[in-house]
Amino acid sequence: MTNVYVAAIEAIGEAMIRNKEYLTDLDAAIGDADHGINMVRGFEAVRGKLGALPPEADLATVLKTVAMTLISTVGGASGPLYGTAFLRAAAVAQGKSAVDGATAVSLFMAAVNGIKERGKATRGEKTMLDALEPAYEAFAAGVGDNKPLPDCLELACAAAERGIEYTKTIVATKGRASYLGERSLGHQDPGATSSYILLKALNDFCRRRPAEEA
Amino acid sequence: MKKIINSPEQVVEEMLQGVALAHPQYVKRLEGFNVLVRAGAPSPKVALVSGGGSGHEPTHGGFVGKGMLDGAVAGAVFTSPTPDQVFEAVKAVNGGKGVLLVIKNYTGDVLNFEMAGEMAAAEGIEVEKVVVDDDVAVENSTWTTGRRGIAGTLFVHKIAGAKAEAGGSLAEVKRVAEKVIANVRSMGMALSPCTVPAAGKPSFTLAEDEVEIGMGIHGEPGTHREALRPADEIVAHLMDKILADNPVAAGDEVAVMVNGLGGTPLMELYVVNRKVAEILGAKGAAIAKTYVGNLMTSLEMAGFSITVLKLDREIKELLLAPADTPAFVQF
Ligand SMILES: Nc1ncnc2c1ncn2[C@@H]1O[C@H](COP(=O)(O)OP(=O)(O)O)[C@@H](O)[C@H]1O
Ligand SMILES: [Mg+2]
Repeated sequence: MTNVYVAAIEAIGEAMIRNKEYLTDLDAAIGDADHGINMVRGFEAVRGKLGALPPEADLATVLKTVAMTLISTVGGASGPLYGTAFLRAAAVAQGKSAVDGATAVSLFMAAVNGIKERGKATRGEKTMLDALEPAYEAFAAGVGDNKPLPDCLELACAAAERGIEYTKTIVATKGRASYLGERSLGHQDPGATSSYILLKALNDFCRRRPAEEA
Repeated sequence: MKKIINSPEQVVEEMLQGVALAHPQYVKRLEGFNVLVRAGAPSPKVALVSGGGSGHEPTHGGFVGKGMLDGAVAGAVFTSPTPDQVFEAVKAVNGGKGVLLVIKNYTGDVLNFEMAGEMAAAEGIEVEKVVVDDDVAVENSTWTTGRRGIAGTLFVHKIAGAKAEAGGSLAEVKRVAEKVIANVRSMGMALSPCTVPAAGKPSFTLAEDEVEIGMGIHGEPGTHREALRPADEIVAHLMDKILADNPVAAGDEVAVMVNGLGGTPLMELYVVNRKVAEILGAKGAAIAKTYVGNLMTSLEMAGFSITVLKLDREIKELLLAPADTPAFVQF
């Protein structure tokens, strides 16, 4: 039997590979043209590391493996940020055998807070947080309304998608794009886009496997 | 893409092997890591570790040696190295007096080096960091990430490295590094783009008669584009920006670096330097030392940067102290 957590992460990795050039092109416009390359380098290494885990690996182990692998292979700004997010989520997942709504919310919250603390950014600075934080809020609201988890994930994706549109309308004040000042206006943030791609891949994965949650 | 490489995936690895083979008297490769350390590391002095994305050669590996760096960490092309790699470098060069991390001000570099510093601190290694932000092209405001670090970083390696070589404590080496950072300003421009091997195509394009003023060393866009003008006019513009940020007065002593981005002939760099010297001379500043060359490059990008460092007695003495590294030798 395949490990559902591993399969979900692999689905995210495949989505990054499909969008490698797209993410790199977005980064070329306002950064240094490497975001897709960085993410794919990381998730390809993740696939190798997850393949070496025992099939019964729990969520905490899978998340921690993803975190350590991203931290040690991605580099750039996105490596420590996504790495910290997965590491914080792993800490919350520790000792949990199933993911219910409340756990999923605290996993998501820990991940977003990890990015905020590591990068010292807040919403509205044209970073991945502009996709992730509204996505988290939509997700938590859905869980609060007792909606099924896949529907909450759907809400999170929709919010993240609005978030990447929003990044086009603001000037970057964090990350490499901030060097552009006003010239960053009109461009979509690559990190916000990879965050949306991650959530979308997770959502698609859950829809293909309606019985399970990641 | 037309490059003398075997594969984009192997380019950093094969370059590091080539450097280690070329300069065994200076550097050795840390087995299994993208790290070059001094041949004799660790030594019983404060150690300096720097690094960043590859593609800026001879930065940083070329400056590992006596009087400059103890370790250099190479990331993927134009991408900060990861914390585990930096941590290995720190462990390998730490001789018990502590390690100074010299970081260029990019979010990725700062985050990865900070994480490495946390890992080292957890193992009881004394680590301090300085962040170089010499590029005046981008505005320095509390709302942004601050200015970028470019060629002026070399002066930090040189001067802090000399202080460490002379037996300075970690706090003293850091103080001197910060003094250099406070007094060094740079700005560059580009005539043509460069191609990151893994991307396979240039990250931007410029028309035949167009240049980008304030271009970053990773191909980040600068302040604006304009039509190509004579060298003296371009230099005058860059020097205006540099000196507006850090004015020099009659009687000041400075050091100058005219740095090629990889695809510019030395001939043109000397033409640039002529005008730089003229402008500083007209202000009554004395140029204590000039460096001209391809020191912090941007792959095959054509263009250059100018760096001006204001000197006091202490940093002048340290600047003029001997250094012996693959890419920087001074007696
Ligand atoms: N301080 C920060 N906080 C949160 N996200 C950030 C921060 N700085 C940069 N980012 C995100 O990282 C993305 C760039 O990632 P990447 O291109 O991989 O790294 P780099 O900028 O070092 O080349 C940006 O699009 C942005 O979303
Ligand atoms: Mg980038």
